[in-house]
Amino acid sequence: MNPFVYLSPADQDSAVALLENQWGNTEILAGGTDLIALMKDDIVTPSRVLNIKKIAALNTLAVDQKAGLQVGCLVRLDEIARDAGVLQSYPALARAIADAASPQIRNMATIGGNLCQRPRCWYFRNGYGLLAIDSSGKSLVLQGDNRYHAILGNSGPAYFVSPSTIAPVLVALGATVTITGPKNSRTIALESFFRAPSSEQEREHDLEPNELLTSVHVPPPDGSATAYYEVRQKHGFDWPVATATVALSTIAKKVTAASIVLGHVAPTPWRSREAENLLTGQTLDESIAASASEAALKPAKSLGQNGYKIQVAKVALKRAILQAAGFDVPPSHPALA
Amino acid sequence: MDLGPGPVSIQLNVNNQAQSINCEPCLTLLQVLREKLGLTGAKQVCDRATCGACTVLVNGKRVYSCSILAIDAQDAKIETVESLAPDGTLDALQQAFVAADASQCGYCTPGFIMSATAFLADNPSPTKEDIRKGMCGNLCRCGTYAGIEEALLSMSKTPKTSAMATEGRKRG
Amino acid sequence: MADYSWPIAGSRTTIGTDVTRIDTPLKVTGRAAYTTDVQAPGMLYAVTVGCPYAHAKIISIDTSAAEKVPGCKAVTVIQKPGTEIFWAGDDVVAVAAVDELSAQLAAKAVKVQYSELPHLVLDASPHPPDGFAQPMKPEVQGDPDGAFAKAAAVVQATYSMPVITHCCLEPHGSVVAWRSGALDVHISTQSVSGIVTQMSKALGVPASKIRVRAEFEGGGFGAKLAADRWGLAAAQLSKLAGGLPVRLIVNRRTEQETGGCRPSAYGTIKLSADAKGNLTGWESETWGTGGVTGGADFPVPYLFNVPNQRKQHTTIINNIGSARSMRAPRQPQACLLTMCALEDLAAKLGMDPLDLVLANIALTGPRAKIYQEEFSVAAKAMDWTKRWHPRGKGSAGPIRQGLGLSFHTWAGTAHPAACSLTINSDGSVAVSAGTQDIGTGTRTVMAIIAAETFGLQVGDIEIQVGDSSLSSSAGSGGSGTVGGMGSATRRAAVDALQALFAKIAPALHADPSKLKAAGGKVTDGQSTVTWKQACAAIGALPITARGVNPGAGALNDSGVGGVQMADVSVDVETGVVSINRLVAVQDCGLIINRKATLSQCYGALIMGVGYALFEEKIMDQNLGRMLNPNVEFYRLCGIGDIGTLEVHLMSGKGYDERGIVGCGEPPVISPGAAISNAVANAIGVRVPSLPLTPDRVLAALGVPS
Repeated sequence: MNPFVYLSPADQDSAVALLENQWGNTEILAGGTDLIALMKDDIVTPSRVLNIKKIAALNTLAVDQKAGLQVGCLVRLDEIARDAGVLQSYPALARAIADAASPQIRNMATIGGNLCQRPRCWYFRNGYGLLAIDSSGKSLVLQGDNRYHAILGNSGPAYFVSPSTIAPVLVALGATVTITGPKNSRTIALESFFRAPSSEQEREHDLEPNELLTSVHVPPPDGSATAYYEVRQKHGFDWPVATATVALSTIAKKVTAASIVLGHVAPTPWRSREAENLLTGQTLDESIAASASEAALKPAKSLGQNGYKIQVAKVALKRAILQAAGFDVPPSHPALA
Repeated sequence: MDLGPGPVSIQLNVNNQAQSINCEPCLTLLQVLREKLGLTGAKQVCDRATCGACTVLVNGKRVYSCSILAIDAQDAKIETVESLAPDGTLDALQQAFVAADASQCGYCTPGFIMSATAFLADNPSPTKEDIRKGMCGNLCRCGTYAGIEEALLSMSKTPKTSAMATEGRKRG
Repeated sequence: MADYSWPIAGSRTTIGTDVTRIDTPLKVTGRAAYTTDVQAPGMLYAVTVGCPYAHAKIISIDTSAAEKVPGCKAVTVIQKPGTEIFWAGDDVVAVAAVDELSAQLAAKAVKVQYSELPHLVLDASPHPPDGFAQPMKPEVQGDPDGAFAKAAAVVQATYSMPVITHCCLEPHGSVVAWRSGALDVHISTQSVSGIVTQMSKALGVPASKIRVRAEFEGGGFGAKLAADRWGLAAAQLSKLAGGLPVRLIVNRRTEQETGGCRPSAYGTIKLSADAKGNLTGWESETWGTGGVTGGADFPVPYLFNVPNQRKQHTTIINNIGSARSMRAPRQPQACLLTMCALEDLAAKLGMDPLDLVLANIALTGPRAKIYQEEFSVAAKAMDWTKRWHPRGKGSAGPIRQGLGLSFHTWAGTAHPAACSLTINSDGSVAVSAGTQDIGTGTRTVMAIIAAETFGLQVGDIEIQVGDSSLSSSAGSGGSGTVGGMGSATRRAAVDALQALFAKIAPALHADPSKLKAAGGKVTDGQSTVTWKQACAAIGALPITARGVNPGAGALNDSGVGGVQMADVSVDVETGVVSINRLVAVQDCGLIINRKATLSQCYGALIMGVGYALFEEKIMDQNLGRMLNPNVEFYRLCGIGDIGTLEVHLMSGKGYDERGIVGCGEPPVISPGAAISNAVANAIGVRVPSLPLTPDRVLAALGVPS
């Protein structure tokens, strides 16, 4: 890791004031589980590291019947997963967080850092760039080993998958994030926070280099049934092959509104309007769930080695829909059967 | 205040002892524990927050010391494996590891011990499934998991058959 | 001539019991000092600079900027300009500085120019471009074509397993001080005594001036038998730095890219049987890679001497890191290819594979009867006959369960070994040897044998190993350490005990040949004294005895076997495989420490689950580099992945009399085949390649990639 200047502002305004107009020279340090690895691998080489953990105002969590969940960017994953209000009002979120990474990571990682973590694409992590282009301008991902890469939204130039397992759940719950810059704060839907970069100068989200993601807000539960389903190789502590989050509102067993978000399939959390539209107005059964998952994955395409992920994502989504509708589904890992 | 990039003075509370260390802000807690304080129980294996060999407790919570800056660990209570048997008398968990032969080469063992210490503090009567889920943040290459599981089950404060309340949900 | 033979069954007090390891307390407290934990006054930290290309020639090296980095004390060129590099990550330069950070900054300042050469890092084809393949001559036995023509059933398929890495948790490394013409070496090694010779030859330092120590070693699995460029570079840096100790520990990336790998294996196998299931013909085209160093051949057909055979092997010489011996070298490869073909043949014949194996067991040679016994124990433990179902005919629904089997053999021959044993006049006993305990329990084995011989407790024996200044012993490879050190310890202990008896017999008015040591006492049946009282008569000079294992003999033997059965569940919609249960039945002659032997078997099963389900050194042909040089995408088995493990050790009459046979390696041979066969049984089709990941499982089920 290259040496850097360490700054530890005590309040949000000072923190934002220390940020710069370009990416690269200053990095924000919260839980550190990702940034420190990125610095060790020289993937990022900041000369200034801005520790924001002294800003107490960013470390608050509140669940309110009317206001919903308001969580500061510095709240650790473990605290959110154990919070009685979160457990009661947002069980799918609590479950996704409690199942994320490992206990040690959950004790360290913050919700803000989780949403801003960088992709695990092995070309990126081995130093070949976020878009992994070779000297002739061709994609290393397309020419190389893409077994874990995107199956949706993968027309390029970004082929990595969005790494957060929590973000798709928050998107499905209609979460917004508050972003604070030097002049003002703005609140945007988390769904629009994520984006696929088209050049090495961009990042995977809507933050400007001089902005800070300060809090996450989830609307109060609206009575919809939610489910989170994750397929991964290992029993614990592994990156998923694909995840699916479903939030369904029903009246008299008919779906009145659906929110469907897939994870680890695209450079961003992937919302499927196709599946949402297909489910709306329907009475849920296995065949509707299957049709919806077919519809969600219809735009998917293999990059050569990741076609199996289309199947896995379909199954994850079908099972998540059925689980939200109260059906029994196979466990997310056969070892749990 | 700008600190670094060169060495700065930092204060750590390690195993109930105040330590004043001169180090660059870019050093990890693991590097400082091992190289500056001679506490070599925590090991550097993956060095990327995956294997758990560097696990220590910070304010009672288990964390990967390879992925925390030492400068960030000031004002916290840090406990390493060296704190568990200060006079050489093994604590109950360490004894359970010895009895269950839960160690071969032993390189992952201190990390497992610290991780299990925190795990049991949180869940004193774990089931097998609790252990498999709750100890997923540590890896062993020799394959001592069967012994580790036996050691942790032997620490359980209630009969091993009692499923935790969370069990049904996990399986659902 | 002294009688060194092992105490007979019924008279053994400690040998063969469950003995708690004597060194675990040091490990659970973090006090066990590994090479990485050695801190010497004035120690410098070294970092290496590796070549980023899989195949290249070094054009020029400029270390001037590195030398100017504050704190940098020494720079050594490991491979000079003009040298050809054969794998990415191979070390070119090493630097040493006052701390790790300065060394890293100095390493980054080294400038090396390369000229890239054509490389190959893949191995899926037996016919790669010119220069990358070494075909071996075909071998023929009998009339394979005739056998296939007459066969009732013939199967043909291609199976494979990829290159995997040893992934030792303690990386390769050393702390070396080279001063006053002498070398003081701490090194993470499986061969304490052997490193002396290697360093002496490479550095021109007299072997008598070299001391090598490895008190504890954080995993080797076959990858740590050499001093390596790293050990030699640390020595050179120390010399350049005026003799200051230099620590050179490689990082995880280097460990994964270059620290050792197990060769891959591919094979197109044709196997036939007559209507009764008797194997008649074998044909194989096999290939595999171990990088540029070869070692990628393996003995097929495994175990079964099929009467008619034609086989041809090609070694792929490519640019991955070089192979190193890994826990039962060549065996898991041969086992997978053979046992999968056998299970596929059973499926085609509509036979239970257990019946097919037993029908052909005579083809396995002299160990046939032992395998039969072991299959019987395993089948009972797994309830095989009741629970086995024809391929793909288990329960319906997305989660399918299946059973599979495999079996294996390994020599486990005792290696050359020597120890020194001392009985002091205060009754204390010490045994020392230049062997090493790599986590297999060598220390405890030596203590058990000395304690048994003297009628003492294991805790009464002081053991010192891991230092080349002690009696030379071979490296820990081939599962030979327990046999070697165990036999040496027994001989030393028996000789020392006789010397003790000779000394104290006059005082006891006893015939020394009538004296016995048991239960902490020495007696001739008439007079009895405590061990301490007896030793008090030793006098000023302690009794010392040297024990040497003379090689294969009465105290040890060669050749063990084992049978394994796997019970798995597969989600056929997601392709995820999980282990329900593994049963291992293993023989290993006379068991010294039952508990540690069980641990070796459990550990081997778990390593087996790892390579069956997860492990793969993934290379990128464009870049020539490993894409997963970490433990994140180089997945190791976790505690949740192991299912339930059940180990049965064969012991007692017919086994114990053989003496010690090593057991560290054999149980790692079968899990890949047993698990692959169980998956085929569960889902109805063969997944031809390990690891059994969702992409491979779903591909076998017809999901397009």
